[in-house]
Amino acid sequence: MSTETKKVKTVKWGAEPKLGWVEAMYLPAIASGLMTALKHAFSGKTTTRQYPDVEPVIPANYRGVHRLNRDEAGRVKCVACYMCQTACPANCIEIIAAPAPKDDPHWKDRDKFPETFTIDELRCIYCGMCEEACPVDAIELTSVYDLTGMSRQEMIFDKEKLLAVFDETINSGRDPIRTNRGALGPASEEASTAKQGPPPPGRGRHG
Amino acid sequence: MYDFLQQIWPTLWPTLAAIGVILAFVPVLGLYMTFIERKLAAYVQDRLGPNRVGPFGLLQAIADAIKLFLKEQVIPDHVFKLLYFIAPTLSLMTAMFALVVMPFGPVPTDYTSGFRYIVAPGIDIGIMMMIAISSLSAYGIILGGWASNNKYSLYGAIRSCAQFISYEIPLGLSIIGIVVAAGSLNIEHIVAAQGGDFWNWNIFWQPLALIVFFTSALAETNRLPFDLPECEQELVGGFHTEYGGIKFVLFFLAEYTHVVTVSFLTALLFFGGWHFPGLSGPVDAGLGGMLLRTFVLVAKVSMVVAFIMLLRWALPRFRFDQLMGLAWKGLIPLGLVNLVCVAVVFTFDLPKHLLSFTAVFLFVASLISARNLQSTINMPRSAGRPKAGSILSEVTV
Repeated sequence: MSTETKKVKTVKWGAEPKLGWVEAMYLPAIASGLMTALKHAFSGKTTTRQYPDVEPVIPANYRGVHRLNRDEAGRVKCVACYMCQTACPANCIEIIAAPAPKDDPHWKDRDKFPETFTIDELRCIYCGMCEEACPVDAIELTSVYDLTGMSRQEMIFDKEKLLAVFDETINSGRDPIRTNRGALGPASEEASTAKQGPPPPGRGRHG
Repeated sequence: MYDFLQQIWPTLWPTLAAIGVILAFVPVLGLYMTFIERKLAAYVQDRLGPNRVGPFGLLQAIADAIKLFLKEQVIPDHVFKLLYFIAPTLSLMTAMFALVVMPFGPVPTDYTSGFRYIVAPGIDIGIMMMIAISSLSAYGIILGGWASNNKYSLYGAIRSCAQFISYEIPLGLSIIGIVVAAGSLNIEHIVAAQGGDFWNWNIFWQPLALIVFFTSALAETNRLPFDLPECEQELVGGFHTEYGGIKFVLFFLAEYTHVVTVSFLTALLFFGGWHFPGLSGPVDAGLGGMLLRTFVLVAKVSMVVAFIMLLRWALPRFRFDQLMGLAWKGLIPLGLVNLVCVAVVFTFDLPKHLLSFTAVFLFVASLISARNLQSTINMPRSAGRPKAGSILSEVTV
């Protein structure tokens, strides 16, 4: 009995809206529907993105494929401090450090350098924590979004590949070396992009 | 034998040529109508549509055809094989057969010899034959649904059957008025009766007949506001669920052939066919005049086709009881009223443009229908049913 009273309280009946004689004729509704269809047909505006032909504009703070930055001398900036490997929540970074050759004047400013530096791009969740953790701005996420490969092995990037990503992206204009020691980190770039307002609804972060 | 051939050749070659034209154009037209429909749908939905194959995607239709023709022929185990294969063929055959009496260019009423834009000129039962043949196309759908041995296909077929039977009646009724005015069932005569002035087009004195005709013709083609036999949300694919590849193409082509037929009929019966103000003189005077008239007719037909395609993206589908209600409670009484008015006007020799006021009956019908709908809405379904007017109201018992 108690359940029945509960039912009465919660159930809502929807009543059909009144149908006037104009609506019963169908024709005005058909005309307005056709007008809507025609308006869209001749508006000339399309929301289709012709992706392979026209590449989307990637916002500056997009987190794509990693790269290892080079310094002015062309060496890898990384000092093999393991900060990124420690910070990585997906455990996709693996570094093997080697002592820097002390007698070589080329390497005398540091103690260690990465002998190997591998990132499993398939394991990575592209959170950008490595970038935040790096004390020498060596690792960065670029705006390269269309990473593909034919095998899993191919998607494990070693040091040379990551440096190659740097060489490819540094002159593209979209991926300058963004963080500087003492300056604000990449998260502060939210502030500059925030001025542009939020991304259009339903299109994600891809702009 | 040779003598006999030589004797009938003057009447044989125009027929063969016309058959050739129809057989060549209808499949290509059907293919390109799918392309045009996809493009139009895309524009209505603010998309671009197919644009990868060829310039503006123009070769998309060819690519689709190649793909469909090369598809593996899958024959489900549970089908009734004979009817399964006959059904699509029958469907297309009846659809194409209806084109026999349909002029696709100017045809003079005093047919003598030479090429005419029609397979069988001077057939005195023209329009009746067309309707008779096109109603046969229900067989293709019903056989297909039955042979598929699948409940969804059968539902589609049953719906199609009911729909065809119901909408044949208003389709026939709406045409009778025009036939009475022209004094002939011959389509060439009906078009010739609309010649001369702009106001002689049947639409201007039979608007009600046009509405009834066009609505029921749309239902005959199984196109969107009435595509209950194949509505994919309820019936998977309806009668062609079990069909793929070339067999599906035949069904598809039959549907588009129906659209072409209906568009031609609408243009010929209501929009003056190949007549246009300013185009005067005998219709087969010179090649230029004939081509111009063909162009006029094709332009009118294209407008109707575009309108049918646009309707697809503007209107939601009818519910089945609404579909039946529209035919039996709406279109058939309207068709009868129209027929009575035509009879009265022609019996008492009144000016025929008086008939344009038959459109008023549409208002009357809608008034009655609105009254009936109100009473059904207000009929208490249960004790807790609220009064109409509030979209959501809490139940108080």
